[in-house]
Amino acid sequence: MANNKHWQSFGERKQTKGFQDANKNEFREELLPFEDVKGGFLNAPTPRRDFLKYLGFSTAAAAIAAGCETPVRRVMPYVNKPEDIIPGVANYYATTYVEDGEVISVLAKVRDGRPIKIEGNDLSPITKGGTSARAQASVVELYNTARLRFPTIDTKEVTYEAIDKAILSELAGPVAILTSSVTSPTTLEIINSFIAKFPGSRHVTYDAYSYQGILEANSTTYGKRVIPSYKFENAKIIVGIGADFLGTWVSPVEFSYQYSKNRKIDEKNPVMSKHYQFESILTPTGASADERILHAPSETGKVVAALLSAVNGQSASGISDKKLLDGINKVAKDLIANKGQALVVSGSNDVNVQILVNALNEAIGSYGKTIDWSSVYNTRQGNDADFAQLVNDMNAGSVKSLLVFGANPAYTWYDSKKFIDGLKKVPTTISFADKNDETAQICKYVLPNHHYLESWGDAEPKTGYFSLLQPTINPLFKTRQWQDSLLKWSGNATTYEDYLINYWTAKIGGGVTGWEKALQSGVINPAAEVAAVAVPFNGAAVQTALSKILSASSNIELVLYQKIAIGEGQGASNPFLQEMPDPISRATWDNYIMISPALAKEMLGIDLTNEGQTDNYEVNVMKEVLKLTAPNGQSIELPYLIIPGTHAKTVGIAVGYGRTDKIGKAAIGSGQNAYPLATFVNNALQFTQGGIKLEKTGKTYKVAQTQVHGTYSSVIGGKREEVIKELSLPAFVKDPKQILEGREEELKDFGGIDHFVKQGTIYPYYDKPGVHWGMSIDMNACNGCGACVVACNIENNVPIVGKDEVARFHDMHWLRIDRYYSGDLENPNVTFMPMLCQHCDNAPCENVCPVNATQHSQEGLNQMIYNRCIGTRYCANNCPYKVRRFNWADYTGADSFPNNQDQVAVGKLDASVHDMNEELSRMVLNPDVTVRSRGVMEKCSFCAQRLQDGKLKAKKESRPLKSGENDEWDVKVACQQACPSDCITFGNSNDTKSAVSASRHDNPLRLFHSLEQLHTLPNVNYLAKVRNTDIEVEEVYNAG
Amino acid sequence: MIQLNRITAKFGFIVSFLFIFSLFVNTVSAQGDADQGKALFQTNCSSCHSLFKDATGPALTGVEDRWPSREKIHAWVHNSSAVLASGDPYANALFAKYNKTAMTKFQGILSDKDIDAILDYIKSAKQPAAPAAGQSGESSQSSGSDNSLLYIIVTGILLVASFILWQVNNNLKKLADKKEGHAAIGHIPWYRNKKIIAFVAILIFIYVGFWLSSNAISINRQFDYEPRQPIFYSHKVHAGINQINCLYCHTNAQYSRHATIPPLNVCMNCHKAITSYSGPALKDAEGNDIDGTAEIQKLYSYAGFKPGPGAVYDPSKAKPIPWIRIHNLPDHVYFNHSQHVMVGKVQCQTCHGEITKMDEVKQFAPLTMGWCVNCHRTTAVQFKDNGFYSIYEKYHQELKDGKIDSVTVQMIGGTDCQKCHY
Repeated sequence: MANNKHWQSFGERKQTKGFQDANKNEFREELLPFEDVKGGFLNAPTPRRDFLKYLGFSTAAAAIAAGCETPVRRVMPYVNKPEDIIPGVANYYATTYVEDGEVISVLAKVRDGRPIKIEGNDLSPITKGGTSARAQASVVELYNTARLRFPTIDTKEVTYEAIDKAILSELAGPVAILTSSVTSPTTLEIINSFIAKFPGSRHVTYDAYSYQGILEANSTTYGKRVIPSYKFENAKIIVGIGADFLGTWVSPVEFSYQYSKNRKIDEKNPVMSKHYQFESILTPTGASADERILHAPSETGKVVAALLSAVNGQSASGISDKKLLDGINKVAKDLIANKGQALVVSGSNDVNVQILVNALNEAIGSYGKTIDWSSVYNTRQGNDADFAQLVNDMNAGSVKSLLVFGANPAYTWYDSKKFIDGLKKVPTTISFADKNDETAQICKYVLPNHHYLESWGDAEPKTGYFSLLQPTINPLFKTRQWQDSLLKWSGNATTYEDYLINYWTAKIGGGVTGWEKALQSGVINPAAEVAAVAVPFNGAAVQTALSKILSASSNIELVLYQKIAIGEGQGASNPFLQEMPDPISRATWDNYIMISPALAKEMLGIDLTNEGQTDNYEVNVMKEVLKLTAPNGQSIELPYLIIPGTHAKTVGIAVGYGRTDKIGKAAIGSGQNAYPLATFVNNALQFTQGGIKLEKTGKTYKVAQTQVHGTYSSVIGGKREEVIKELSLPAFVKDPKQILEGREEELKDFGGIDHFVKQGTIYPYYDKPGVHWGMSIDMNACNGCGACVVACNIENNVPIVGKDEVARFHDMHWLRIDRYYSGDLENPNVTFMPMLCQHCDNAPCENVCPVNATQHSQEGLNQMIYNRCIGTRYCANNCPYKVRRFNWADYTGADSFPNNQDQVAVGKLDASVHDMNEELSRMVLNPDVTVRSRGVMEKCSFCAQRLQDGKLKAKKESRPLKSGENDEWDVKVACQQACPSDCITFGNSNDTKSAVSASRHDNPLRLFHSLEQLHTLPNVNYLAKVRNTDIEVEEVYNAG
Repeated sequence: MIQLNRITAKFGFIVSFLFIFSLFVNTVSAQGDADQGKALFQTNCSSCHSLFKDATGPALTGVEDRWPSREKIHAWVHNSSAVLASGDPYANALFAKYNKTAMTKFQGILSDKDIDAILDYIKSAKQPAAPAAGQSGESSQSSGSDNSLLYIIVTGILLVASFILWQVNNNLKKLADKKEGHAAIGHIPWYRNKKIIAFVAILIFIYVGFWLSSNAISINRQFDYEPRQPIFYSHKVHAGINQINCLYCHTNAQYSRHATIPPLNVCMNCHKAITSYSGPALKDAEGNDIDGTAEIQKLYSYAGFKPGPGAVYDPSKAKPIPWIRIHNLPDHVYFNHSQHVMVGKVQCQTCHGEITKMDEVKQFAPLTMGWCVNCHRTTAVQFKDNGFYSIYEKYHQELKDGKIDSVTVQMIGGTDCQKCHY
């Protein structure tokens, strides 16, 4: 086993005093406001009278709350019950999550007429049932209180008749329709017929996070301005160059699935793909990589050029950094050895870099193998040049009408002032935004579009692969689909619904039945999987591209990146996405400047080998604010976080923040807008630039990070070996039994692995006849994307607590993804470990509860009974995994007493918490799960409601439970369902044919239980992380 | 001290005696298997036909006398429209008489044998004697299980006896002391005896505490709750006299956690035709007379329906009836009807009482956790019949070996907290 120490925080790495104190004082709470009673009760901070007041109040309140009379509860039956709705039984409708360039086929779980959960659609060959955090959270947006509720002219409410009349009288060519990437074939048809009505009009596609570079490069070298399909599953060598393809790049859900296929290893024949990642800031993709090679953003071109020449048999030149050069040579060697089984992807938006990447892929024979031209992406079509031209035309006054859908340049364009000025010169401006976003705020006419769960529609994310949308709820507000508006204004009397049905009925064939069948499955796929196709490569541009490679900058450089949860800014209005910790920084609700430990030491004087300085930086939630100034004078003030794995001279800032409450309460006060720091070079937006100046401001700002929450002292030398196991592939091949033997050695005094269950304890053994639930998590497949976390939150009514509460360690997530570093501080290995209640069969939490509110079930569940819990928190204190969560405040408004949320002792809750308690927001709650009130402990229940439901289904059909045999499932827990890389397996472990039993049986050499030696007997097991690298990283940064 | 011990011993004896005595309260009545024909009638026919009264369709008593042969009846039940098309005069007259409402086709649902079983049942069924007015047959309820008076008498006798014995003991002791020449201690009246005061104080404390907490626990419990509903809907008339199957109206008890109150269109299925009430006299809980026909009129006012020849019911004009919910579980309790009805094959009456004898429904069961858990402890699951339980190999073996004779809900984890609380 690699002799690495794993650490979650700098304090843990150094075992600082701050870290150890935090371990001891787990809850970090000032207790009740009666403390210090030195000098008599009257002098106490809370004197006796206050105590009596509290006592009197609570008695009176309890009496009032209890009431004396039976309240009359009405129950209103349907007048005429729709045939397919049974109250209390959920229906699933296939639809498609479409948000700008994101397209994911999903099923909407509709309970009593309300969509309450999004599940992946297994029938989609693209996503294979996977989802993303944003797709999971999208159902909350349906009930967002900030949604626009009616059409407006100059912010005044009007009827659709009035607004149609006004627009039709005013609408004049040339019209510009500005959208984000439109994947819907019918919508494109409608747009085109609309444009035909107004001569001189055009459709401009604009994506905030631009893919101009790769699109233009493909246009130059292949004559097609599109992105081809990638087949990561066919690649043995994967090279990412600044492309966060598991997080945000092009089609991360699809790529996660493909990627995970070669990451899960067969123990009998342990091979896996090798993933190199060249990058400047630590991305989730880089974190999953086997080897990460750091370079400055400005060096990207040189890196690609050097790789190209090395692959072509020349020497890599132009690279001065030895480590980087070595890395390039190593990668080149592997690429040459695996021609036709390798893939290089780059996230650069520089057309020249992308041309070289294409040349590189040609050189290693990727086309037709790992890159497929038979089907191309429609999800990224934005054209920066077209958009820049449009902005110029608007300023010149040559655009008479502007229709905006999806795009929000007033916020996302680097020079938003120019866009806004231009927009003011357009006589007719129409926005179809569903929230009052920055662009809608300055448009004259606003006709809010439906949420996708209320919409009809279709999408073609990749050519030949279609996904359909159908409404799952009646429109909540006076909104209208924007296609309906376009049809109406272009004089077409059909509704979009009819238009869509006619279009598809004609195309599919088989009449109404054919259409209904397609709608039911939600996807229309090509008849057969097409073999990968290559197209001729035009290499003429390569030499020019090589000559245009920019020279490296020696200054500090900036990378603007997207966070998985927030994306281009679409997630900013969603509290679940804001509160989802970033996979890397584990920070919530904010963006910040990511800097490297080296830069922190050099510039800010924070030496992470120094205990005091480490604690001073890390323990305090108030982080220092830096002012960052770009060469063009644009500046931004943000707190900084030290992120190991950041290139020494690079800083990173996430886009998508700094929005106002107009788009939702969740956006209040979260971060700053970083889009103005983008630059526009050679007709493409650039998200990196050099020449950055950083200055201290002397201000501080609160950043709510969850990385140090729920830590606990590690027993064995602080190495965390008993919590997390990781080893390299060569080590595993050499000594495959090392984990098994290690476990055997550790447990040998207690009967060894085989007898540990019964001999390791003085407690009796309890039988689990029938069902015994178990979960197996393959750490090799987890890339920290967070889809499971959001899925869990929404399935289980986990409350939003807001930034201030997260900062006070009050986050409520039942499932967290622990991020561990190991090795070199400047470029560490990163391991993700989903951590949830382990449902220990000998649970330490159970026997400390004084009121028996947590107990073990016969099926191996560690049960939490909210109505019994009195909130002693002994269980959380005694839980070695730190997965129990306490409701410190009335986050959900579930208490019997109204207005119990903002109390002195608890503190004021953020606006976003209150917002989730509105009637509208509460519609998303799962009616099968109790909404917990204040003072109650909670934790993962293994989705008990789903287990019960699954068993009931099997019982009604009088057959044994199916949990994964032949891929048939009665029960999938929420996190398992959401995972795009299938790293979670769940089922009945008593059933030898179940998927979880198979996973345990097939992987005895990697299987381990976290903290097994405690004899907690977890029902969750992990499969150890295997990293395909021959570098055994030793601690380098270890001056202290 | 000795005396006090004796008293406590005696008291303990009394208490335990009473406790054991109270355990002998159990009323479980076995029910004979329903006749197959009756069961078939109730599931398939009773929604439109009654035995002795015309409903959506005609009363079925004497149906065999009205048709020429059983074969004809078979044909009619299987496919009434075919019989109508054949021009059968009786069938066509019947069709016209009942507003040209076509009878459901039972082809493939009921075999000839089934229909014969139903016909046999119809033949054998006797019209129940109409109960005399004012005597609605509920007198049998009161006697029987209430033994509290007996408890009080026994307790009283025992208390008096122990008091007398104690006094005798005291006096004897005093006499003995005198005889042995000990100085007589000044007589302390019993009400100033500190031991007694302490004992009584503790007793009062325990009693008041018990009374307070038991009352506090029962706050918001609705045992016996019988609210006045917006319409005097009598389950006795529908489920009892007319023998409509519970699941005809509460369909979703088979599919969902909620049994659901039927939508208005289910009421109107029958009440389009049944416009007046002509059954036994109805009385509400306070003994006031209820006019059944007027109650049906209330239904029509919700339904927006005017009965009369050619009247059409239009659901779009109807308003839902704001029924008052009787059975309530707190939000932190999950209960699933389909689990109990379909999987457990529990009779509705087990939890809802003799619905067929209730006019307005009242809450029959306490719906407390203790009540739920007790049932889970004693009730056997459909262990051998349901394939789901095949995975419990251990219990199957024990059944085979005769170690156990049935598998209760508890044995398969039915008393685990998270079966109902999550």
